[in-house]
Amino acid sequence: MQVPAQFEYERATSVAHAVALLQRYGPESRLLAGGHSLIPMMKLRLANPETLIDINGLDELRTISLEGGELRLGALVRHAELMASAVAGEHFPMFRDAERVIADPVVRNRGTVGGSLCQADPNEDLSAVFTALRAVAVIEGVDGRRTVPVREFHVGPYQTVVGDTEILVEIRVSVRPGGGSAYTKVERRAGDWAVAAAGAALWLEGERVADVGLGLTAVGADHFGAPQAEEFLRGAPATEENFAEAGRIAAEHCRPVADQRGPEDYKRHLAGELTARSLRRAAARARGREA
Amino acid sequence: MQITVTVNGVEYTRDVEPRLLLVHFLRDELGLTGTHWGCDTSNCGVCVVLLDGLPAKSCTVLAVMADGHEVRTVEGLAGADGLDPVQQAFSDMHGLQCGFCTPGMLLTSRALLDRNPDPSPAEIREAISGQVCRCTGYENIVRAVRAAADRAAEAGTAAGTVTS
Amino acid sequence: MTTHAAASTPLGFGSMRRKEDARFLRGAGRYLDDIVLPGMLHAAILRSPYAHARIVSVDTSAAEAHPKVEAVITGETLAGLGLAWMPTLSHDVQAVLATDKVRFQGQEVAFVVAEDRYAARDALGLIEVEYEPLPAVVDATHALDPDAPVIRDDLHRTDNHIFDWEAGDAAATDEVFSRADVVAECDLLYPRSHPAPMETCGSIASMDPVSGKLTVHTTTQAPHAHRTVYALVAGIPEHKIQVIAPDIGGGFGNKVGIYPGYVCAVVGSIVTGRPVKWVEDRSENLMSTSFARDYHMHGEIAATKDGTLLGVRVKVLADHGAFNGTAQPSKLPAGLFHVFSGSYDLRAAHCSVTGVYTNKCPGGVAYACSFRITEAVYLIERLVDVLARDQGWDPAELRMKNLIRPEQFPYRTALGWEYDSGNYPKTLRTALDLAGYAELRREQAEKRARGELMGIGVSFFTEAVGAGPRKHMDILGLGMADGAELRVHPTGKAVLRLSCMTQGQGHQTTFAQIVAEELGISPDDVEVVQGDTDQTPFGLGTYGSRSTPVSGAATALVARKVRERARIVASAMLEVAPSDLEFVKGRFEVRGDPAASASMAEIAMAAHSALELPEGVEGHLDATCVYNPPNLTYPCGAYVCVVDVDPGTGQVTVRRFVAVDDCGVRINPMVVEGQIHGGLADGIGMALMEALAFDPDGNHLGASFMDYLLPTALECPSWELGETVTPSPHHPIGAKGVGESATVGSPPAVVNAVLDAIGVRHADMPLTPAQVWRAMQGRPLRTDLSVT
Repeated sequence: MQVPAQFEYERATSVAHAVALLQRYGPESRLLAGGHSLIPMMKLRLANPETLIDINGLDELRTISLEGGELRLGALVRHAELMASAVAGEHFPMFRDAERVIADPVVRNRGTVGGSLCQADPNEDLSAVFTALRAVAVIEGVDGRRTVPVREFHVGPYQTVVGDTEILVEIRVSVRPGGGSAYTKVERRAGDWAVAAAGAALWLEGERVADVGLGLTAVGADHFGAPQAEEFLRGAPATEENFAEAGRIAAEHCRPVADQRGPEDYKRHLAGELTARSLRRAAARARGREA
Repeated sequence: MQITVTVNGVEYTRDVEPRLLLVHFLRDELGLTGTHWGCDTSNCGVCVVLLDGLPAKSCTVLAVMADGHEVRTVEGLAGADGLDPVQQAFSDMHGLQCGFCTPGMLLTSRALLDRNPDPSPAEIREAISGQVCRCTGYENIVRAVRAAADRAAEAGTAAGTVTS
Repeated sequence: MTTHAAASTPLGFGSMRRKEDARFLRGAGRYLDDIVLPGMLHAAILRSPYAHARIVSVDTSAAEAHPKVEAVITGETLAGLGLAWMPTLSHDVQAVLATDKVRFQGQEVAFVVAEDRYAARDALGLIEVEYEPLPAVVDATHALDPDAPVIRDDLHRTDNHIFDWEAGDAAATDEVFSRADVVAECDLLYPRSHPAPMETCGSIASMDPVSGKLTVHTTTQAPHAHRTVYALVAGIPEHKIQVIAPDIGGGFGNKVGIYPGYVCAVVGSIVTGRPVKWVEDRSENLMSTSFARDYHMHGEIAATKDGTLLGVRVKVLADHGAFNGTAQPSKLPAGLFHVFSGSYDLRAAHCSVTGVYTNKCPGGVAYACSFRITEAVYLIERLVDVLARDQGWDPAELRMKNLIRPEQFPYRTALGWEYDSGNYPKTLRTALDLAGYAELRREQAEKRARGELMGIGVSFFTEAVGAGPRKHMDILGLGMADGAELRVHPTGKAVLRLSCMTQGQGHQTTFAQIVAEELGISPDDVEVVQGDTDQTPFGLGTYGSRSTPVSGAATALVARKVRERARIVASAMLEVAPSDLEFVKGRFEVRGDPAASASMAEIAMAAHSALELPEGVEGHLDATCVYNPPNLTYPCGAYVCVVDVDPGTGQVTVRRFVAVDDCGVRINPMVVEGQIHGGLADGIGMALMEALAFDPDGNHLGASFMDYLLPTALECPSWELGETVTPSPHHPIGAKGVGESATVGSPPAVVNAVLDAIGVRHADMPLTPAQVWRAMQGRPLRTDLSVT
């Protein structure tokens, strides 16, 4: 079987230690979390880091908590833990929707939330989820912590704002009443990357959309977002017609690329269809009509 | 670097290259060849072992990441009193053919029953969905896991042995 | 329909737990990569990144300087030994390591032997190869264009044509078509797919420099054929070659051929004087070892206006890749494709097949296809559905009306096959009843009225397995007969030695059951030996569902020989004439005096004792047999698949799958059902997700399990099985074989169901969500090319 090239291995004992190790080993070092994106790429020799800094021992990054009206997810929370989290699922059912279809149950035991976000694969699911939720990423470096909205976190395929000597430590999501959320994905087979997927978070005031967040993956949406569709919906009646129109707008603004998962027109169609479906389901949940 | 890994209850200390994959540590260093490998991309799941009690794809874990942790492989399933009920059920229900994916399937099934002693067929299918079997079409694996659950229930014990 | 082992071991046929399970359940199986020989080295192969390129230079100096590297072998090294090219199973040659050009992406270029597998892999990165890229032939439908690049300049070819081949009566078929009321035609692609067993292919070659004996442990479905081919390729005397197949983690046809890595391992062992292990990784498996299918078919079916099928006419373009290396009976370049008249009573049929070279991996008959019967069954079962749709006929009724009738057996088809037995209407009726076909159609109509898409797909297949009669079938000149040897020890325990090789089919159990049935002893008392050419008689191996039809027959006959020897010994023991003895399972009894009897164990002991035997009787109870099948066996089956399709996304859910198989007598019903389950999952895979596509440069788009998708437990329904039993009249125990039936029969059922749901005449597999949606738009995709 394929095997990685040689590298140095260090084990971080704290976030500060991880940052110090990143400084010491320079840009050819990489943080190692769950490893389920990185290690296969190293085996295929598509990634050849000189040093791996293992952060799996940083238990302080493995907590899920509700603090100050925010859901706080440590970067090392495993996918399976997020999926099982009562507090995360209660406030944002789209986490469960998404986690159920991220990779497979065994991979979810190892893969981490922060690792997925930092891998920045343009087909990754949580990037769309956090975009829909307008989450904020907390990044720590030599000079302390800074926060970056997830909508500004990705700067391109496989590229994020996290610097060479920085580490993503937490993702925060504001908890607001009156909301519902949902995530819908089409995949060729269980465990496959998305052909397309869309997440929606919706807050209702009566039958009007008070606020909405949308996230799309695998369809070339700028920063995984659909701001034009959000703009259209905000303040509008939460109707089937408007959800369909929002989907149409989202589809119009994405830039899907054909691959073996599907041609451009199909992915664009899905962007619209799945946006509308997620909105519909999010609205039902906001109305308390569906778990 | 030197690592110490507890495998099937036995502590092993070995000096390994950081890049050594856990699956090769088990197979080549410890001679535990019951853990197989089938792909390079963590898709097929024939390399599944239990890492601290949870199924993990050992082709995508570095041996150094298992330092200080507990690994359970297929060789550690049977106890002094014979086969694990899951092993027996796989034979009874013909849940294996070529045997290559079987160790991983057995371990995932064991972990599932430890957590959920009465899984539905749908829950069983979900639990093994990260592992590919090319021979059985899965049906008899599902029946085997159900049979193991039923037998444990009949015996009046939790299907599992591990509680935490 | 409940699959489980019997509580007690039967003295013969019946469900029983498998003997092989004991080791597999404990992780004590011994697969190729589990084997460690003293001093063993590890190898890795450098492969071409290009589909078509001229090799300008290969510089191995840096790799050779690696401290852990023992040898680097290139095409030039092999050319010096006359081993740069090897014969294929189809009278072509294939490069072992490329010398002049590379002709497909992933082709073998250099072979590194090192102290460990990590070092071998590292050293690949130190080899410098300069290529001059050439335009690639990717789309088989353009392989014969006048301006197509010529792939096989090594053969001094001026085009990419390999062969033209035809079967059936063209004039009679044209005549039938000219008089038909209705004709339906359709272009169908059976895309290139891959058997992808969970264990990849590999080999450990060990040349003993003192004895000159070569031992090859290898993942082979055909150990004896491999031994003979090694002798032919490498010039090593055949008696100095021992091939050993250890436990095999699935084969499905992938482990029939000899791959360049195996030959390189032999050379590596000769060069280094140490055992050399080479095991391919998953990408190598998917990119360079035997693919399956890749048939572009144009089919036409003719019928009367009252729905009587008259004839079928087919043109096939077969993409064989860069070297013609299909594994099938030598005289049949399209394998057994010409059973495509299927299960119907047709007046005439004709096919013409053209094989072409493309810049893709060689191979061609693999993945449980019964020598291209998958393609044939897909063709006819799609054509019948297309015709039914065009004419507004019910596809199940159309099939029922045209099935060969029970009284017509033995039935000679328009293409010359003699089907041995079957009760096709009963088999189809059983499946339709099990599925509740009429009720399903009612439900479908209701759902359609609500805008929901539900589909029902039917297929009926006739398999042709057990290749084959020696006078008609050989591979590389080796006739397809199988040997068997049975030895009964003094205490009555037996050892059966076979040429075929299990890859998970449970031979250790089922073949012991055949002996048990014939001798009346427990299967637990029969040890089955396979895989080691020094320990077993010659035969061609396990593929094409041939083990039970051929080696199974050999086993029954050799057991009967032993039984007749036992009769003579018993007659001496009981002091009666042999003809006065009656065999009652497990004992010979004196006719009319059952108290006077001898058990098989008593007879065995006596056969080895001082007992005086009649003149000319040698003693002992051992026997050998070679079985040359008089005909193929013809299993059949009727399948019904029910799917739901999401109209907004094109996603398919297989809700139910009913499979009624008739494979003749079932030796171990539990094992038979397991074989069927596995094949049904293959059908889900091929119909919905598995395909190897290539981009315009010939880049392989399915080179890992991230891209080549195999079905998981979530795509497979809970299979619903039924059976009919029509014994084969010419097989000693009436068994027909079953290993590939479901793989052959299930894809058209799934495809027919999906297309029935969306109301589309045809779209090619795999019916991914994108393909289904595109088909609904009237713009289906070419599934063998990159999606644009």
